[in-house]
Amino acid sequence: MIRRILTGILILILLSMVTFLLFNALPADPAALTCGKSCNPQVIAANRVRLGLDQPLYMQYVEFVKGIFFGRTYGSGTATFECDAPCLGYSFRKGEQVTPLILKALPVTIWLSLGAFLLWLIPGVLLGIYASRRRGRWQERVTLGSALVGYSFPSFFIGLLLLFFVVIRWQWLPYPSYISPFENPVQFLQTMVLPWLTLALVYMAFYIRLTRNQLLETYSEDYIRTARAKGLKEGVVIRKHALRAGLTPIVTAAGLDLAGLLGGAIITESIFSLPGVGRLAVDAVIDADLAVITATVLLAGTFIITANIVVDLLYAVIDPRVRLA
Amino acid sequence: MSLTVEPGSAEGAALLGNGASSGDFAGLSLRALAWRRLRRDKAAMVAMVFLLLVAFIAIFTPWIVGLMGLDPYSFDQEALDPALGSIPLGPWGGISWDHPLGVEPLTGRDIFARLLYGARVSLFIASTSVLFIVIIGTTVGIVAAYKGGWLDTLIGRLTDLILAFPFLLILIALSPVLTQRLEAIGFSPEWARFGYIIIVFVVFGWPYLARLIRGQVLSLREREFVEAAVATGAPTRRILFKEMLPNLWAPIIVYATISLPTLIAAEAVLSYLGVGIIEPTPSWGKMLSDSVRYFVIIPSYLFIPGTVLFLVVYSFNVFGDAIRDALDPRGSRNN
Repeated sequence: MIRRILTGILILILLSMVTFLLFNALPADPAALTCGKSCNPQVIAANRVRLGLDQPLYMQYVEFVKGIFFGRTYGSGTATFECDAPCLGYSFRKGEQVTPLILKALPVTIWLSLGAFLLWLIPGVLLGIYASRRRGRWQERVTLGSALVGYSFPSFFIGLLLLFFVVIRWQWLPYPSYISPFENPVQFLQTMVLPWLTLALVYMAFYIRLTRNQLLETYSEDYIRTARAKGLKEGVVIRKHALRAGLTPIVTAAGLDLAGLLGGAIITESIFSLPGVGRLAVDAVIDADLAVITATVLLAGTFIITANIVVDLLYAVIDPRVRLA
Repeated sequence: MSLTVEPGSAEGAALLGNGASSGDFAGLSLRALAWRRLRRDKAAMVAMVFLLLVAFIAIFTPWIVGLMGLDPYSFDQEALDPALGSIPLGPWGGISWDHPLGVEPLTGRDIFARLLYGARVSLFIASTSVLFIVIIGTTVGIVAAYKGGWLDTLIGRLTDLILAFPFLLILIALSPVLTQRLEAIGFSPEWARFGYIIIVFVVFGWPYLARLIRGQVLSLREREFVEAAVATGAPTRRILFKEMLPNLWAPIIVYATISLPTLIAAEAVLSYLGVGIIEPTPSWGKMLSDSVRYFVIIPSYLFIPGTVLFLVVYSFNVFGDAIRDALDPRGSRNN
C-alpha cells in the first residue's frame, strides 16, 4: 500500500512537471499573453520580470512548486506582492491570484458533482440489478436499450434540450443562476436540478450496463450457487454475495468518474453558466490565461490520482478476497 | 487435427479472412462464427448499414453536394429575411427546394451541405485518430509485455501519467498553444485545427489500448504455439507480429469500434466549446453551439445536427456492442 501511495506521489510530481512544461514552454511567449492585444513592449518586459518568466524554465518550476508549499513573493524592489501558500500562481488577465479564484469555483463544482453522483449511482446500480434479474426478458431489453440511448446522447445535446424545453419553452424553472445553498436553498435547487439531471442521464447508462454485466458474471460463480443452495433468500444472495464481489469495477468507475467531475464538469457548467472549476478553465483557455490553465489541470490531475489510490484502498474493504500487499 | 507449426497465425488468419481454408479444423472459423452471430443481430445490421451509408456520404461529400447544386460556404442573402434580423425566410428554418434542410441565420449558408461536410470532418478526424491509436497502442503494448524489465516499467509509468491527465480539460487547454505551434510550422489554420485534435486524441488515447494489449500478450506468451515458435528459433519480430498480432485482432477491433463514437462526440464537444473546428470549416459541434441563440425561432437548427450526431454515435455503440458479443469466445452471451 505504501508503494501504491509512493507511485501516486511520483505520478503527481511528473504530472506537475509535464503540465508546467506544456503551458509554459509550448506558448511562443508567456509574458506576451499577460496583457492582451493593447500591450506595449515595456509592460510585457516588466511582467516578464515580475512573474519570473525571465528565469530558466527549471527555476520557474522550482519557484512554482515552492509557491504551492511555502508561498512566494512576486516582483522585486518596491513593487512586490505576496502570494500565500498554497500559491498556484497569479493571473494577469483577471488581476487576481489563482488560489482564491479556484477556491471560489470549487464549491460550485463539488455541489454539482456530488448531487449528480448520487443521482446516477443509486438508480444506475439498482436498474443494473433489475436488468440482471430479468435476464433475457423484455424488461432487460428495455432497460439496456434505453441505457444505450442515454449513453449515446452527447452530454451537451441533453443539456441544451433540457435547458430549452424546461426553462425556455415551458418555463417550468427560472433561468439558472448559481447561488450558495446556504444563502437561498430554493434558488440553489432550481438552478442545480437540470445540471444534475444532465450529468446523471449521461453517466447512469454506463452504470446500468456495468452493474448488469458484473452481476451476470458473478451469478455463475460457485459460491453464489452455494449461497442459493444454503436456502438464502434471493435478495440476500444478491446483496451480500453477488453484488459485493461484483462491486469492485463499479467502485473504480464511480471513484474515477467523481474525481473527473470534481476537476471540472466542463460541458455542463458551460451550458448552465455555473461558475465552477470547469467554467473557470474554459474561460482561461479562451483568454489564454496560462496561470489558471496550469492550476486547473494540476488540480484535476490531483483528483484523479487521489481517486485511484482511494479506490484501491476501498477494494480491500469491499471484497474480502482482496488483501492489500 | 494435425500438428501445425503456427496454429496461432492460422487462428488469426482465419479471423482476418485470408486463411479460412485451414481445413484441419472442423466447424467454423472464429471469423465466420462471429459474422454469423453478427448477422443474426438485426439492430446491429441496421446500424451497420446506416454507418456504411454515412461513411459513403462522408467520402463522396463534394460530389453529392455538388450534384445537388449546393455549397457549404456560399452565402445566400436571398434566403434570409432582412426585416427580422436576417433569420431564414419561411417556416422550419427556411426549408425549401433550394435548401433541403434550411439555411443558417445571418449567412444563409446551406445547412444540408454543412451537415454533410461536417460528417466528413468528423469521421476523418475520428478514424485517423483511431488508426494511429491502434498502431501505437498495439505496438507499445506488445513490446512492453514481451520485452518486460525496465522498458515495461517505463511504459507502465508513462501510461499511468497520461491516464492521470484530465482528458477533456487538457484537450481544451492545449488547443491554443498547439494550434499556434502548428500554424508556425506551416499548417493552414484549418489543418492546424485538424492536426491538433488528432495529435491530442492519439497522445491521450493510446495508453488504454496499450494496457489492454499488454495484458493479452502476457497471457498469450504462456501459450504453446508461442513456446513452439521460440523453440524453433523464430526471430522475436516474427513471434511478435506473426504469432501474437493475429490473436489480438478481436480486442483491437472492439476497442476501435468503441473509440470511434467517443472521439466523434469529443470533437463535437471541442467545436461546441469554441476550441475545436473553427469557421469556415463545417462541424456538427459548431452548428450546435451556433444554433443555441436561435432555438426559440428556429428549433430545427438545433435538432438537425444534434439528431445526426446522436444517430451516428448510437449506431456505433449498437454495432460495437454486437461486435463485442460476436467476437466473445465464450459465445452465447446474447443468443
